Amino acid sequence: MSAPVLQIDQVSKTFQSIRALDGVSLNVAAGERVALLGHNGAGKTTLFRLILGFTKPDCGSIRIAGEDPGTDVARNAVSYLPESVMFPKTLTGREIVTFYARLKSVPKTEVDPLLERVGLADAADRYAGTYSKGMRQRLGLAQALAGRPRLLLLDEPTSGLDPLSRQDFYSLVDDVAAAGSAVLLSSHSLSELEAKTDRVAILRTGQLVANASLEQLQAESAVPLRIRVRARHDSVVEVNERLGGARINGQSVELLCPVPDKMSRLAAISALGPLVTDFDVSQPSLDEIYRHYSTRAEKERKS
Amino acid sequence: MTGSILTVAATEIRIGMRNRWVVLAALMLLIFALVLGLVGTSPTGTVKSDPLVVTVASLATLSMYLVPLIALLLAFDAIAGEVDRGTIQLVLASPISRSAFLAGKFLGHLGVLGFAIVLGYGAAGAAIYAVTGASGDGLADLVRLIITSIALGAAFLAIGYVASASVRQTGTAAALAVGIWLIAVVLYDLGLFGALVANADGLFAKSVFPYLLVASPADAFRLYNMALLDSGATTTSLSGIADALPFPAELALLSLFGWTLAALVAAALIFRRLEP
Ligand SMILES: Nc1ncnc2c1ncn2[C@@H]1O[C@H](COP(=O)(O)OP(=O)(O)O)[C@@H](O)[C@H]1O
Ligand SMILES: [Mg+2]
Repeated sequence: MSAPVLQIDQVSKTFQSIRALDGVSLNVAAGERVALLGHNGAGKTTLFRLILGFTKPDCGSIRIAGEDPGTDVARNAVSYLPESVMFPKTLTGREIVTFYARLKSVPKTEVDPLLERVGLADAADRYAGTYSKGMRQRLGLAQALAGRPRLLLLDEPTSGLDPLSRQDFYSLVDDVAAAGSAVLLSSHSLSELEAKTDRVAILRTGQLVANASLEQLQAESAVPLRIRVRARHDSVVEVNERLGGARINGQSVELLCPVPDKMSRLAAISALGPLVTDFDVSQPSLDEIYRHYSTRAEKERKS
Repeated sequence: MTGSILTVAATEIRIGMRNRWVVLAALMLLIFALVLGLVGTSPTGTVKSDPLVVTVASLATLSMYLVPLIALLLAFDAIAGEVDRGTIQLVLASPISRSAFLAGKFLGHLGVLGFAIVLGYGAAGAAIYAVTGASGDGLADLVRLIITSIALGAAFLAIGYVASASVRQTGTAAALAVGIWLIAVVLYDLGLFGALVANADGLFAKSVFPYLLVASPADAFRLYNMALLDSGATTTSLSGIADALPFPAELALLSLFGWTLAALVAAALIFRRLEP
């Protein structure tokens, strides 16, 4: 196996008194999709700026395709979509993508397919100054996808998109990763991320508090499953008494169940027979896992 | 590398055209040139010399003020404006190097400025030729004026980039650009000629003053054009000095190119340290 495209080793960065990044280590390999999660101010953008060589870490090292950030090799390997991407107002979408395609030595014939892929074919000849936030985001994505980058850096790429184009967006990311690009994308809104990335790295006030696949995090965090049992009108009280948990909305009982107890809990439910009409198991959401790691880090700091 | 520089330059020219920068600058030069050429020269034009030559003499003074101003107004936005609007992040993340980006901006702006100067002064020259029936002797002078105006513009574009790379806000860069114009073009020239009046025949006038003149790109530009004009066409205090320089007139051109090069290198060095 070749070395990861992106290698971050013990990187710290301080602004005046703010410790924006604190000993962060993270690798992303070719074809891998990694989500960098964290609240506003967690240090996501700062990490991207370090990877791009815009600013230097206080200590630690970053290598892109084996080279330092900002070098010719690194700039050729990386494509970037900034958090709030801006373009010259008096250039059209097509002119802008052509501009970046030229800088990346990508043939001009790839420009129209790129615009098509991000759904801007119809707006391609309008000035970027007239674009909405979501359209700018997609235009930024089009230029980022030009020329098959080895490392794709997307800073909160879906923040301006509606849910429908979010889906399209993730399918694009899947294609790019399947074609061999390493993808690192950041997000503070978790709902749309689930199961769409190979690995989740959680950043909390500059520290990496988790870095594993979603399944591993679910297991490791021991956040309980949520089982919702539906009963008949007249049986809901009895179901509640026998299973415990909390009654919600008249007909249902919600149980929190540690992952190892899952099977025995389900057996208990089926033992109730006709008292139960239906049930539903939900995995711990990323949100809950995220909250778990965030608060754990805080508790550790306090103790 | 060269391809990237040309790409940035072409885009800059396109934006310049769309923002009406080219048209505005050309119109400004044309109107001033016409006023000077048609109104200003009518009495002397009838005496002995070619009206075009007389016009070129007054255009040299006009250019000295106007071309640096236009160049600085084009240049101040180049880096600070892109930082301010957030457009620079993508560019600096792409494969182009910072020096190549700056070189592209310079070429593009030089294209915009050159186009405006050729258009403005060319049209003015043609109009003056048509109206006054000039002999055509002044044509070479006009061409020289146009070429050296572009060289003057190049120097102040480069100086403008130093200002633009040094600050992060467009507004600050604009203020800096106007300040540079006031000091390097207007006040320097005023101060120098003030000192000359105070000490008209001393050592200063003969051996210090011409060097101080040629040290400033704007004065060097005017000095060069005056020195090469047919003497007798104009009788200003400057033309006397220009005819008796203690050095070859080409030193003035060297001053222009030296300033351009030095300022470009300085801008590139400052730009390299910028954190977008
Ligand atoms: N240039 C800067 N100067 C001072 N503080 C900064 C700078 N950039 C970021 N910070 C601080 O570093 C922390 C992390 O910021 P950032 O990386 O933008 O977070 P995120 O992208 O996760 O929202 C924040 O507290 C922010 O205020
Ligand atoms: Mg951010």
